[in-house]
Amino acid sequence: MFSNFDFDVIWRSLPYLFLDGMTFTLTLTAMATLLGIFWGTVLALMRLSGFAPLSLFAAGYVNLMRSVPLVLMIFWFYFLVPYIGQWITGASSPIRVGAFVSSLVTFSLFEAAFFSEIMRAGIQSIPRGQMAAAQALGMDYKTTMAYIVLPQAFRNMVPVLLTQTIILFQDTSLVYVLSITDFLGAASKIAQRDGRLVEMYLFAALVYFVISLAASYCVRRLQHRIAIIR
Amino acid sequence: MFTPPPRVAAWAPQGRAAIWGRSGGTAVNYNWNWGIFWQISPDGAHTYFQLLLLGTWWTLATAFSAWILALVFGSLIGVARTTPNKWLVRFGNAYVELFRNIPLLVQMFLWYFVLPEVVPASLGIWLKQQHNASFYTAVVALGLYSSSRVAEQVRAGILSLPRGQRFAGQALGLTLPQTYRYVLLPMAYRIILPPLTSEFLNTIKNSSVALTIGLLELTARARAMQEFSFQVFEAFTAATIIYIIINVIITEGMRRLERHVAIPGYLGGKVPKRGKLRLRNV
Repeated sequence: MFSNFDFDVIWRSLPYLFLDGMTFTLTLTAMATLLGIFWGTVLALMRLSGFAPLSLFAAGYVNLMRSVPLVLMIFWFYFLVPYIGQWITGASSPIRVGAFVSSLVTFSLFEAAFFSEIMRAGIQSIPRGQMAAAQALGMDYKTTMAYIVLPQAFRNMVPVLLTQTIILFQDTSLVYVLSITDFLGAASKIAQRDGRLVEMYLFAALVYFVISLAASYCVRRLQHRIAIIR
Repeated sequence: MFTPPPRVAAWAPQGRAAIWGRSGGTAVNYNWNWGIFWQISPDGAHTYFQLLLLGTWWTLATAFSAWILALVFGSLIGVARTTPNKWLVRFGNAYVELFRNIPLLVQMFLWYFVLPEVVPASLGIWLKQQHNASFYTAVVALGLYSSSRVAEQVRAGILSLPRGQRFAGQALGLTLPQTYRYVLLPMAYRIILPPLTSEFLNTIKNSSVALTIGLLELTARARAMQEFSFQVFEAFTAATIIYIIINVIITEGMRRLERHVAIPGYLGGKVPKRGKLRLRNV
């Protein structure tokens, strides 16, 4: 079964796999997480605001993103981002953007929908009395949110946000459909070039498995450590 | 004897130039053409609209078949993880961790490219010669992937029941399988119906990953339409609308089912619907 299993091809391609591929994957994951949490928090605040147009927009946005497959969204943004760029900069023709920017925009906007649902749950988990207390102290909406509600909401939701980040990490493998050299893309290119599909895909699976498993183990430990004892 | 070569990527991702069309220089301003759907596609027989419908059919066929697999395996594993047998629990945990921590795309590749190479040669040849191989592979990969998520829900549902129910069942002299069949599972399934609905919706969306192994489902059809006609945004808009319609129909149907089977005395039989988020935190 594994009689002609070629470990050497993995060994030879390690620098390419990790320096090119994994760097791209991790950078994309980290930046999309940060942007996604930021935009997701804004969406959650919009959704919870009493102002109907804002909350309707946020609800529509989240529901749209959640009912469409990520693969389709990747294609959408791949073709849309140049036109958005043209619209923003006022250029005369669509702007060509790099693979990284295109996928960063996609993942930030897509995952923001999921992060916003998490943040909404986090904000709603704060007792109403805290809002009232802040207002009694004379704080306005912005101060209340920035100093009272959001810090606690973040703290409560850190494990869930990190779990979503692990899902995001796995999801970034889908940039394969744009032939981008992320970790899986790098493995796939070597696999096709050297005809070593078995070795490369098994190795890719192993790496994803180890990273995700280790990360979710850390999240679980963190969850126990930061749990607020009530 | 003839040995088929290893599978090559059915979906060959192309460079940027190819994706951007053959226009060469700078992309010009976009020309909308909503009439494109009624034009005959390059296959000479179907309109683009019919091709999208065909894709919808394959999306649904894949998702439903995978869902059956996911329910069966997910229930077995979910139940195994709540039994008193510690080896069953360990096996269940390992199963869930295995299928949950590898990206679906990689799992599809493992089933499609790697499996035929590592099984005995005759079986591998048989696998490679199958008609509709990408459909069957997608069903198996997606089904097992989703089953780990279903297993989490089933386990959470069973654990959410008061311990007394299990004890009561045993005290009545029911065997362990009977306790599950008549006491625990009928309650658990009704409690986890809302998260199962969102898992099912996830399964439909995830079926689009199968375009990488050559399954011509809805997203692949939209992508092909974009390639042939250059009407990118019309094609993707149509696919998006079809996905939303599927979503709405299933959500509405499941809501009715939920009302129908709600457990009296529970708060509408509701479990907070958090979709994906529930997975690692139950």
